Amino acid sequence: MGMTMTQKILAAHTGLEKVVPGQLIEADLDLVLGNDITTPVAVNEFNKTGLDKVFDKSKVAIVPDHFTPNKDIKAAEQCKMVREFACRMEVENYFEIGEMGIEHCLIPEKGLAVPGDLIIGADSHTCTYGALGAFSTGVGSTDMAAGMATGKCWFKVPSALKFVLKGKPQGWVSGKDIILHIIGMIGVDGALYKSMEFMGDGLINLSMDDRFTMANMAIEAGAKNGIFMVDERTIEYVKEHSTKPYKVYEPDEDAVYDKVYEIDLSQIRPTVAFPHLPDNTRTIDEVGDVAIDQVVIGSCTNGRIEDLRVTAKILKGRKVKKGVRVLVFPGTQNIYLQALKEGLVEDIVEAGAVFSTPTCGPCLGGHMGILAKGERAVSTTNRNFVGRMGHVESEVYLASPAVAAASALTGKITDPDKIK
Amino acid sequence: MKVRGKVFRYQDNVDTDVIIPARHLNTSDPNELAKHCMEDIDKDFIKNVKQGDIIVAGKNFGCGSSREHAPIAIKAAGISCVIATTFARIFFRNSVNIGLPILECEEAVKGTEAGDEVEVDFATGTIKNLTKDKIYKTQPFPEFMQKIIQAEGLINYIKGGSHEF
Ligand code: SF4
Repeated sequence: MGMTMTQKILAAHTGLEKVVPGQLIEADLDLVLGNDITTPVAVNEFNKTGLDKVFDKSKVAIVPDHFTPNKDIKAAEQCKMVREFACRMEVENYFEIGEMGIEHCLIPEKGLAVPGDLIIGADSHTCTYGALGAFSTGVGSTDMAAGMATGKCWFKVPSALKFVLKGKPQGWVSGKDIILHIIGMIGVDGALYKSMEFMGDGLINLSMDDRFTMANMAIEAGAKNGIFMVDERTIEYVKEHSTKPYKVYEPDEDAVYDKVYEIDLSQIRPTVAFPHLPDNTRTIDEVGDVAIDQVVIGSCTNGRIEDLRVTAKILKGRKVKKGVRVLVFPGTQNIYLQALKEGLVEDIVEAGAVFSTPTCGPCLGGHMGILAKGERAVSTTNRNFVGRMGHVESEVYLASPAVAAASALTGKITDPDKIK
Repeated sequence: MKVRGKVFRYQDNVDTDVIIPARHLNTSDPNELAKHCMEDIDKDFIKNVKQGDIIVAGKNFGCGSSREHAPIAIKAAGISCVIATTFARIFFRNSVNIGLPILECEEAVKGTEAGDEVEVDFATGTIKNLTKDKIYKTQPFPEFMQKIIQAEGLINYIKGGSHEF
């Protein structure tokens, strides 16, 4: 019985020839990540070990992004604690406000994740780096602490679902629509404890930004990780961003998958997830009349340069609907700068949207765009749980940047094709 | 190791955003977090919960954000055990790592209502519904998990020196 991509990476990091689903292993880590919410808990745990250094200061990354720029005194205290820890431990990859970004946009951009890596992060969307052919998964703060202390983490080897992609997405369809479609199909626990492995001829039609968006939301199907087969595009991205050595793992020919799905990308329509679960999806043609109060474009799901290009393309020369609040959040400082250089920021601001510094902000109902009772938002983020963006009686509709930008112009959820 | 308590019953897909809303994440103090535990789906939870009580829920309990604050809040609120049809995986590992016992048992979930008195034996994987006089069997914890829970969490377990699985 052969191994999946994920199983091969896990085996290689455990020093075993072979691993099988269900096996408990302790694997070596290439990177341990935390943010301003999860790191304080990890620091408390780490301090209990009595250690005065982390296992490898080049293999720890800490990114304050959730409540930064500090939203209140408590958040400031947390960030201060994290900063002091990073300084004391000489953590090489600590990113202060001027060099930061939302962690899952920043880590690949900084070249800290490459194919074949084994990465844990105390943030559920750490699965994003699977886009690069790495095994990366979200864990908790105690795992982060133990990882920083020992360079190791325990795992139960997952079984896997295989997604064979074919064809080319049409019109405004992007990675976001594809992953929402898949989550709608298999459900929020459809991949529970399993890997989602993406491959097939259609891969070539997906940009790296599309793949990051898709891997990012593997957790929304309950998956342990999402991982993409490495191709020329991946290698090109890695060469551009990183000098770290990398290794490409492909599934064995006789790798065993619990289930195989064939997805024809050309058949997918722009897709929206209705409240309050990401699997509550409808195509744009079935949405009906949904009036909105706010539009959020950004986050670790859709805050990359392509997302901002699509947004600017739709908003340029037009005006957002009066009474609708439109907030755009670039993923990193670099993306911000790139958007400036390309003139995207001008298009977006002239249309009547705001353009923010990188932050998680409204994505988790943290700050900078909280919803009041009864309000509705279309958001390019990844979760629409009860109260996620504010009041428990507010609603979040998940969509692509194209749908979100089109909706900004009309004040209701809108097919970008209908914008004249 | 045995625990016994009154049941708080919840449905499928209880996510960590409702277990402890993000607006309270600007602290990591367990007692502070416990005050807001479950408030978005059950604002009476924290008023009524007593030391030793048990949460019983449907599938995918603890889905969403990786915040360890969720099992920490549940544990600090006095809950001795969570029984669900299935758990979201990060919640599962977080609970193990902080020493909050959790069990998957679909039959027990189906047969249990809010307010029932339940007793759980982790070593044997036995769940007794004392109110309804029913017994359910589930997988006992694998040995390494029992060790982590006995050590009151992963960090103590590591400090103990042997962390080979
Ligand atoms: S942007 Fe949202 S989902 Fe992504 S790391 Fe930040 S809070 Fe989490």
